[in-house]
Amino acid sequence: MPSRPGASSRRCDLSHAPPEAAPVAIEARAWSWRHAGRRDWALRDLDLRIEAGERVLLVGPSGSGKSTLLNALAGLLDPHAGEQQGSLTLNGRAPRDARDVSGLVFQDPESQLVMARAGDDVAFGLENRCLPPDAIWARVHAALVAVGFPYAIDHPTEALSGGEQQRLAIAGVIALRPGLLLLDEPTANLDPDGAALVRGVVAGVVEQLGLTLVMVEHRVAEAIELVDRVVALSPDGVLLADGPPAYVFMRHGDVLADAGVWVPDRRLPAPPLRHRPPAETMILADQVEFRYPGSLLPAIGKTDVQVKSAEALAVVGPNGSGKTTLAFLIAGLVRPSNGSVVAGEALARGRGHEPIVDWSPRELAAHIGTVFQDPEHQFLTGRVRHELMLGPLAAGIGKAAAGKRAEELLTRLHLAHLADANPFTLSGGEKRRLSVATALATAPSVLILDEPTFGQDRRTAMELLRLLAALRDEGRAVLFVTHDREFATALADRTLRLPPRQVATA
Amino acid sequence: MTSIAARPTGWRVVDIVVASVLGVAFGVVFQVWNGAWELARPIFIGFPPIQGLMYGIWLVPAVLVPLIVRRPGAALLAETVAAAVSALLGAQWGLQTLVYGLLQGAAAELAFAFTLYRSWNLLTAILAAAFAGAAAVLLDLVFYYPDWDASYQLTYAAVVVTSTALLAGIGSWLLVRALARAGVLNAFPAGSEQPEV
Amino acid sequence: MRLFTPLRPDPHAPLAAANPVMKLAAAAVLMAVLFVSVDAVTAIVVLAGVLAAVWLSGLSPRTLLRRTWPILLTALSVGILNTLFAAPRPGPQLAIGPLSVSVDAALSGVGLGLRLAAIAFSGVLAMATTDPTRLADSLIAQLRISPRFAVGALAAARLVPVMAVEWQVLSLARRARGVAGDNPVSSLRIFFGKLLALLIGAVRRATRLAAAMEARGFGSRPCRTSARQERVTRGDWLLLTGALLLGLAAVAISVAAGTWRFLFG
Repeated sequence: MPSRPGASSRRCDLSHAPPEAAPVAIEARAWSWRHAGRRDWALRDLDLRIEAGERVLLVGPSGSGKSTLLNALAGLLDPHAGEQQGSLTLNGRAPRDARDVSGLVFQDPESQLVMARAGDDVAFGLENRCLPPDAIWARVHAALVAVGFPYAIDHPTEALSGGEQQRLAIAGVIALRPGLLLLDEPTANLDPDGAALVRGVVAGVVEQLGLTLVMVEHRVAEAIELVDRVVALSPDGVLLADGPPAYVFMRHGDVLADAGVWVPDRRLPAPPLRHRPPAETMILADQVEFRYPGSLLPAIGKTDVQVKSAEALAVVGPNGSGKTTLAFLIAGLVRPSNGSVVAGEALARGRGHEPIVDWSPRELAAHIGTVFQDPEHQFLTGRVRHELMLGPLAAGIGKAAAGKRAEELLTRLHLAHLADANPFTLSGGEKRRLSVATALATAPSVLILDEPTFGQDRRTAMELLRLLAALRDEGRAVLFVTHDREFATALADRTLRLPPRQVATA
Repeated sequence: MTSIAARPTGWRVVDIVVASVLGVAFGVVFQVWNGAWELARPIFIGFPPIQGLMYGIWLVPAVLVPLIVRRPGAALLAETVAAAVSALLGAQWGLQTLVYGLLQGAAAELAFAFTLYRSWNLLTAILAAAFAGAAAVLLDLVFYYPDWDASYQLTYAAVVVTSTALLAGIGSWLLVRALARAGVLNAFPAGSEQPEV
Repeated sequence: MRLFTPLRPDPHAPLAAANPVMKLAAAAVLMAVLFVSVDAVTAIVVLAGVLAAVWLSGLSPRTLLRRTWPILLTALSVGILNTLFAAPRPGPQLAIGPLSVSVDAALSGVGLGLRLAAIAFSGVLAMATTDPTRLADSLIAQLRISPRFAVGALAAARLVPVMAVEWQVLSLARRARGVAGDNPVSSLRIFFGKLLALLIGAVRRATRLAAAMEARGFGSRPCRTSARQERVTRGDWLLLTGALLLGLAAVAISVAAGTWRFLFG
């Protein structure tokens, strides 16, 4: 219903401004949901009762229907787009009629913020509610104070870090005074500092406003402090356990960990120790620096790096320290503003004088494989098998040999059953494995990975750990940029810690 | 308090946002293509009308987005947003780009309206691309080349309209199919013309 | 990585503070006048007026020139192309290399080049001093455009820098995969591959953005209020009148000088 030409905000019924919503009690009775066109039920026979003001953590492996449940609670599931059985109520009302009492914060801050300036974004929800302008700005200020937003009201949203953007998103949601706060993996796309910031904001807000809280968080260990109760779902969307955190993880910890949940106090198993060939220098970065054109400060300041074979090197550092830029410089994808990146003798005989960034793409792929943070950036074809054959074919290897190599990789990375699928339709973990496989297809001696465990569950992280350790033990050089301390500890032989980004002193 | 839902045949929020974001994506791509156009200009100095062959991409939003979203006004919205983004980013052509976007979008819209917004196949795509191309040609002849000899003007028109009809028409249709195969069009009818998993 | 940045004028400068719709209307008026007048004199007068207005725009002339030099290049080439391929005309001829064009056509070509520059510059000033959020507010308030469409498009506009960065990352990824554009055919194939990947990312982001907007109540009520007010002030009417007067004056001067040429004829 677009507004009729002539229907202006003046005629909007301003009495829609609701009173502060009371904390919400949720009740599910044998509730099930199936998306239209799917064979399997996303959630089945859910019996759940959450009292007003309770704080609940929802855990479960990928595909267990956590997001579906949150969307259902927020009243966002379209009844025409699926099939429902049983009942689900918020304070006795159907969620679709009670949308004003719940607020949902999503995982990706980039595609959640709506306006270019911070204050305008918080005001967005209030405008949708038809509040008059004075009431809007009063609530905007109150919400920004409640979340502790440190910037001015016209601060550009584009200039905020991921954590600050999520903070702003939370402000936008609580400005609407919901009785139920829903959070769908709010820290999944953030670095550890941003994640800590967001958790702090959530704790503060729930404390101040006494809301009911239902949160999905994949980093369970840190989220436990915020909740009193854990509800665990099984892989097929059935309620597995419900109770205090200690109880749930003690009884079902193994099952959940095997299914991929990051159960607290279960470290990633260290890879087996194997005999490795001697380490030789593969890539040498000498005083490399990168500065964006027109920028006063470098994205990465003068750094020396030696990438050695049979060694895993972790590059860590706070947000904005230039880790990805450094990885791209070493991978020969970006030209340094100063300094040089050259190949060691072990990598490319007699080419040590020529910077890697001047190599042709074909030569580059034959020696260095790069895996990007978002696997979809690397997909070039419409079929998994073709993806794996593309690199070898471009390098001049015959079709038969390329096909054979593709088969080997499909098997090694457990992708054989997906050989004819479109890469973009794979699950998160499958895409990650495919992106690593494509980088390995040209048999490079160096593998560079940007945030390999980003957004992945425990199972994929374990597989990656095993694979990368095996590649390292075979003699390849592995360099990985990561925020994931646990992963770095389990895999890295050496760690390069980058200093925080210098801030311009005005 | 009841919330009034949109009419089933009206624009949903997801239709508006997807149409706009696709327009934005093309606005960004236009910057890249514009650069290529300027570079390629000397190549065509012998017979400029042939550069009309590079035109196709500017008209893709007006054909692609309606094929996905399938609502009246999609061509106009997408092409205008793409032009607006291009105008704001490039800052070289300003309002003129917007005028082009509006008229190209409106022309494509006519083609879809002609089929009563019921036909979303390859033929309609080619027709819409041809209409949009014709609008662009008319604007070009008026803004840039009003003094050209009639024969050059006609050649230019013929080259542009034919090439855009084929490139933007067939190209958009192929892009929609590729997007559907990638599984991103599940919220749209174009996506459900795929075998379901 | 910042490749495409919009110009950011001082928001307190008169042009930047003006109502967006009125500003676009003023530019449209000038464009309309230039649309129908294809002679050099009209173009020069309008161009002079527009360039004088740069002083009111809050943009530094150097930044503006750095961004708009392609206009000058195109105006030049348009002038040349029109001259070279013009319909043959009687009168004195000019020899340019192996070709011979009429002086009349050459002058006309110059006029067309200037006309294009004037059209472009008036459009640039209007757009470069316009803030997208204010433009959306103004479209809703002044032109009564449906808020669902205007705000929906505005939300999409926030993704412009994200898309720009994504395009560059896609280019890097192709290099990393060993894929290079050695010839036009392979370059085109790579371009369309990147385009497809960008569009896939765009649709994914858009679907998420739409869900987030709906979660905050967008589109669930038949109307919405606006936190910001866009009003039309006396200054805006002055701007529009000024543009109208500039256009008429240009035509008048040209007619008086006997140089005025109508587009059709």
